[in-house]
Amino acid sequence: MLRLLADKIARKTPVGVSKHVEGLSDKKLAWLFVSPTIMLLLAINIFPLIWTIYLSFTDYRVNRPNRDVNWVDLRNYERILSDSDIWHTMQATAHFLVSTLVLQVLLGFTLAFLINKKFKGNDLLTTLIVLPMMLSPAVVGNFWTFLYQPQIGLFNYVISFLSGIDPSSFSMIGDVHLAPWAIVIVDTWMWTPFVMLICLAGLRSIPESIYEAAECDRASQWRQFWTITIPMILPFLMLAVLFRGIENFKMFDLVVQLTGGGPGSLTTLSSIDLKREAFEKWKTGYSSAYAMILFVTVFGLASIYVKALNKVKDR
Amino acid sequence: MSFKTSVKMVAGAVMAGSIQAAVADDLTLCWASWDPANALVELSKDFEKESGHKMSFEFVPWPNFADRMLNELNSGGGLCDLMIGDSQWIGGAAENGQYIKLNDFFAKEGISMDDFIPATVTGYSEWPKGTPNYWALPAFGDVVGWTYRKDWFERPELQKEYKGKYGRDLAVPKSLDELKDIAQFFQNRKIDGKTVYGAAIYTERGSEGITMGVTNALYNYGFEYSNPAKPYDLKGFVNSKEAAAGLEFYKELYDTATPPGSSNWYMGENIDAYKSGQVALQMNFAFIWPGVEADPNVGGGKSGYFPNPPGPAGHFAQLGGQGISVVASSDKQAAALEYIKWFAQKEVQDKWWRAGGYSALKAVVEDPGFVSSQPYAKTFLDSMAIVKDFWAEPAYADLLLPMQERIHDYVIAGKGTAQEALDGLVDDWTEVLKDEGKR
Repeated sequence: MLRLLADKIARKTPVGVSKHVEGLSDKKLAWLFVSPTIMLLLAINIFPLIWTIYLSFTDYRVNRPNRDVNWVDLRNYERILSDSDIWHTMQATAHFLVSTLVLQVLLGFTLAFLINKKFKGNDLLTTLIVLPMMLSPAVVGNFWTFLYQPQIGLFNYVISFLSGIDPSSFSMIGDVHLAPWAIVIVDTWMWTPFVMLICLAGLRSIPESIYEAAECDRASQWRQFWTITIPMILPFLMLAVLFRGIENFKMFDLVVQLTGGGPGSLTTLSSIDLKREAFEKWKTGYSSAYAMILFVTVFGLASIYVKALNKVKDR
Repeated sequence: MSFKTSVKMVAGAVMAGSIQAAVADDLTLCWASWDPANALVELSKDFEKESGHKMSFEFVPWPNFADRMLNELNSGGGLCDLMIGDSQWIGGAAENGQYIKLNDFFAKEGISMDDFIPATVTGYSEWPKGTPNYWALPAFGDVVGWTYRKDWFERPELQKEYKGKYGRDLAVPKSLDELKDIAQFFQNRKIDGKTVYGAAIYTERGSEGITMGVTNALYNYGFEYSNPAKPYDLKGFVNSKEAAAGLEFYKELYDTATPPGSSNWYMGENIDAYKSGQVALQMNFAFIWPGVEADPNVGGGKSGYFPNPPGPAGHFAQLGGQGISVVASSDKQAAALEYIKWFAQKEVQDKWWRAGGYSALKAVVEDPGFVSSQPYAKTFLDSMAIVKDFWAEPAYADLLLPMQERIHDYVIAGKGTAQEALDGLVDDWTEVLKDEGKR
């Protein structure tokens, strides 16, 4: 049947076209189809990358079109790596990254484990849990600023209800000790469902027969969890960590809306700092070097991590 | 009327219409998204009627205004024909050829800068400062001032308690110290069963907020941008002991007399806090005053206005406001200049003031009826007489960002001392000015 259809289509092909295509080898035909994508990739990915590498060795400023552009060798890189403020933003980024990953993996896995059990209203609960990740980060950032408001914020009232302390006696986004945790809480609230979904997929991919065999061997629930569930879900967990790690390394919108990088510079993450250098101070050359350092860092870490992930999968 | 005549008339009308259409342009005016912009939309309808040009508007909220519009200017984009840009942009826009120079146009059209409030001409139009090189027409005079709850100040029980505590009347403060006392007096006070706070001040981190606020204390304590005798010589002027005392004052005001959670507040948040009855005082630009007067909760005589009070070393207030310029990359410059010519007229400026826009034209503000025209009119005039502005260098953004960071780090996050913050600022600014070839 399919063959008939293919013959029919081939016969309908105009003679000019078929003759032209006839002269093309499979390889050439493959190139013909792939080349638009490659051109696009070169234009929007590779060329900007090469151009950024070039700019990172210059003192170019996009807002000074009339000024000479000078080659400055490695000066931009030296300045960035010896700047204590940039190291502070790196620390803030690392704190944010590690805290959110730990919390999201723990909570996401726990939720997935609970949701995986069959009970009434399971589907509805799953839908409700995944709602936060469907919202725009800018919107989430904005409404959490209201939730965190000491006078009217629901969050402060809940804490007050649970602990008895005055709701207006603390400010989540204004206090130097609380602000780094304020952004962690919001990101965890928003993205734990994503980790949960990946874990849920992992849990549901474990064949029931393995648990049945373990039951026959009289393995306890605890033992089944540690020797079956955890090893089999580990690649999924690692994948979730990879996705969330890359996303949170470049976190921008949520934090800008929530704290603006403050108080002081406490929640100024690397991406926020980079944006300020590039599009507020207009230090194009300097910020290109900054971007390259971040790119190499995230690319390097991700490569090592992917290797580890492959090893775990192969086990 | 014969058929022939009718045809001729219709043809004439069509021709006239097409001529009009040929010269009519669609002008885009770019500005911040705020109340005065809405007033300008209404006002500009007169221009559309008179000129036949169509006006479009691109308004961007304040926190993103500089980012968005400077991007537009730097990229030579064609979005804006007219730009009501911030006063600090004038240096960069002039030196990078982003605005057209208006001297010849002003001379041709008989528009004299002597007809405008001098501070607005220096602040919004001139580059280099103090020279007769004009790149904008003063469009909207603005300055930081204070709004206070007159109805609370007038309560006998509060007056009595305040006098007992401070030995003077609860009235408009005559100095920054008095202002702090009043703000602290109201902090955590119960009024009509509700807890209220002292003052809403500028603390915003992301754009320019905390700088626009803290300078009102710094200037009056003795801060100078540089040595008056040697431009760009910063040491000992930016970080003088007096300036550090001014910074400490601002931090104390923040720590002891502002609402909890006000660590990232600028114009909008201050307005909200004041209108909702959370604070007794608010620092804000004068543009908000028409809105305060019209507000059902705090308007209609419940609020009063006063200029930024003097400090130990002087009496200044932070300049706001903008001039209107023609964007050099616009291909409708002739029509854009027509708009500026129309806007500079006395009748239009009169209407602008009545609509809620702050005219900078002397003929409007020096009119005998001006002071009594609005409850805040005198405060506006008094404030405009004491203005001082931030750097307007082409590298103004590079100078603004470290100030935002250093001040926020000290005032809000409590990092280091005031002296260390200003010493750090001197280092940052010196580096920027060196890069600019000014040191």
